[in-house]
Amino acid sequence: MKIMACLKSLHVRHLKYVFISLFVLSSFAHAQSNLTIVITEGMSNARPIAIVPFKWTGETVLPESLSDVIASNLQRSGKFSPVKMVDMPQFPTNDAEVDYAAWANKGVDTIVTGSIEPTANGSFIVNFQLIDILRAQLTGGSTKTMVNNQIVEVADHIVLNQKSEITEGEFRQHAHIISDRIYENLTGEKGAFLTRIAYVVVRDRETEALPYQLAISDYDGANEIRLLSSPEPLMSPTWSPDGNKLAYVSFESGKPQIFVQNIYTTERTRITDYPGINSSPAFSPDGNKMAMVLSKDGNPEIYVMDLQSKRLERITRNRAIDTEPEWTPDGKSIVYTSERGGKPQIYQVNLSTKRSKRLTFDGEMNLGASITPDNSHLVVVNRTQGDYHIARQHRASGDMLVLTKTFLDESPSIAPNGSMIIYSTLHEGKQVLSLVSLDGRFKALLPATEGQVKAPSWSPFLL
Amino acid sequence: MLTNNKFRTLLIALAATSLMACQTGPSDSELEAEKNAQAEAAQEQAQQEQARAEAERVRVEAAKAEQMQRAQEMAEEMKNELVNQNVIYFDFDRSTIKSDFASVLRKHAEYLVKNPSQVVVIEGHADQRGTPEYNIALGERRGKAVENFFLTEGVSASQLSVVSFGEEKPAVMGASEYAMAQNRRAVVVYQ
Repeated sequence: MKIMACLKSLHVRHLKYVFISLFVLSSFAHAQSNLTIVITEGMSNARPIAIVPFKWTGETVLPESLSDVIASNLQRSGKFSPVKMVDMPQFPTNDAEVDYAAWANKGVDTIVTGSIEPTANGSFIVNFQLIDILRAQLTGGSTKTMVNNQIVEVADHIVLNQKSEITEGEFRQHAHIISDRIYENLTGEKGAFLTRIAYVVVRDRETEALPYQLAISDYDGANEIRLLSSPEPLMSPTWSPDGNKLAYVSFESGKPQIFVQNIYTTERTRITDYPGINSSPAFSPDGNKMAMVLSKDGNPEIYVMDLQSKRLERITRNRAIDTEPEWTPDGKSIVYTSERGGKPQIYQVNLSTKRSKRLTFDGEMNLGASITPDNSHLVVVNRTQGDYHIARQHRASGDMLVLTKTFLDESPSIAPNGSMIIYSTLHEGKQVLSLVSLDGRFKALLPATEGQVKAPSWSPFLL
Repeated sequence: MLTNNKFRTLLIALAATSLMACQTGPSDSELEAEKNAQAEAAQEQAQQEQARAEAERVRVEAAKAEQMQRAQEMAEEMKNELVNQNVIYFDFDRSTIKSDFASVLRKHAEYLVKNPSQVVVIEGHADQRGTPEYNIALGERRGKAVENFFLTEGVSASQLSVVSFGEEKPAVMGASEYAMAQNRRAVVVYQ
């Protein structure tokens, strides 16, 4: 019964998003939520927005509050400050019921209203509207405009007006879709709420037989699923560009090997089994190649493997450590960490000429680089005066800005819309995941109920 | 028909003949018996000699076994001692073997040279500072530093392999200076 319920809550009809039913090496391990998001530093200029509770006309208890999930999403973006229910002057369910002046008096210029109705076949009709209060006050609720040489009345203060039919299992996901629409409309940037994260959980090695676990969850830690449990370390999970597969390093055979696993079918392929280091996998933007680090030829070097032919191309060649390859968005270059200059710094290599240039100069060390989707910034782990923090460097100017104040930060991964970085840090003696916005002004922790949590990787857009 | 006298003479002659025969040499059967007796004696002697040799062989074997056992026990003892001293520590971001650990590594090397069938895995580890992937590289460098030490001491490459676990298997949890110093290590694991 319990497993059935879990599967039902995971089942999604039209989207490839959530359906996972098989597990490799581990028993059925669907935890409700190991991670939660706690905002530690908000933004003073966050924009107020009211997500009015959606009116439910049915009689059963709904699986999830859409308005709560939407409000949490918007708040966690750091760009919005959702109005508390006690501060709402009224609870309208659509534009016709909205008292524009009452909201304007509260200083709220954007509200979201909605309703949920049951259907005969057991599904749900969800309506929502995004209303621009300032515009509505200006036009009084309607305005005349020319359409095909005819004057028509329009309600252009209703910015979004959508109706969808969803099943019981799609509530949370639908709340993410609505959040993405609202976010994109108000910020001009695509929302990343319908995304997931992959990470490694390390439970007590003294008491647990399989302490190392590879997990995936929604971006906010909900719907956690353990894909793999192992007695030996698991490292470096990273997503394929289509969001269907994870590449990772497993020591299950006593030595590191790179695997690729489909997260829906759980089908698993071993990609490498070379002597020495097999680490740091990274799919190319087109998904056809994989950059990796191998030490089979003496010391750690960057290689690119064609995933079809399994043919390897060696990219770097020197006696120093070269590691942590990440592709530039155009797929023509790789940025990586090298200590050829004495201490680890970030370099970029052109894949056709194999020529490398050094990118970072600020701080004692810079490691673990990734690149924002618009190619404007590098995000790195920067060591300055012995402290390891997440920093970003502007690609064009080379200006570096340290973003975090947490302890021993590592493994930064950027959201696919470039707005947020998830990384691993040490908090009260435990490794936990943490979020920081790309401008450094919004910060949140994702404390875990069990185990050390590390090596986060943010998925691409899933819709 | 023979007369009584003639019969008697014949008997005497017969007896004399047989007596003569007796006096000139042993009969075939006697010879046979003699031969058998000699063979038996020789066999007995051979058996006794064999038994003596066997006893000697067993004695030597036992002595040898005892010696071997003693050697084995000593080797075992040495191995146990080495297994208990199988961790060496490194400075931050370094992979050079500190002079404090040269003597213990030399003992491992000596044992490995004397026991060429003994295989070891050298594990390289790092503390939590830095990124996990960089620490995998650093751990391998530490493991290889130990491997190279053994190779220069004459250990066969076929006895040695290196696996880096980076920062994934800390010996001591936490980020105190003590914990981090304990975690920057190489471990010689006897298989």
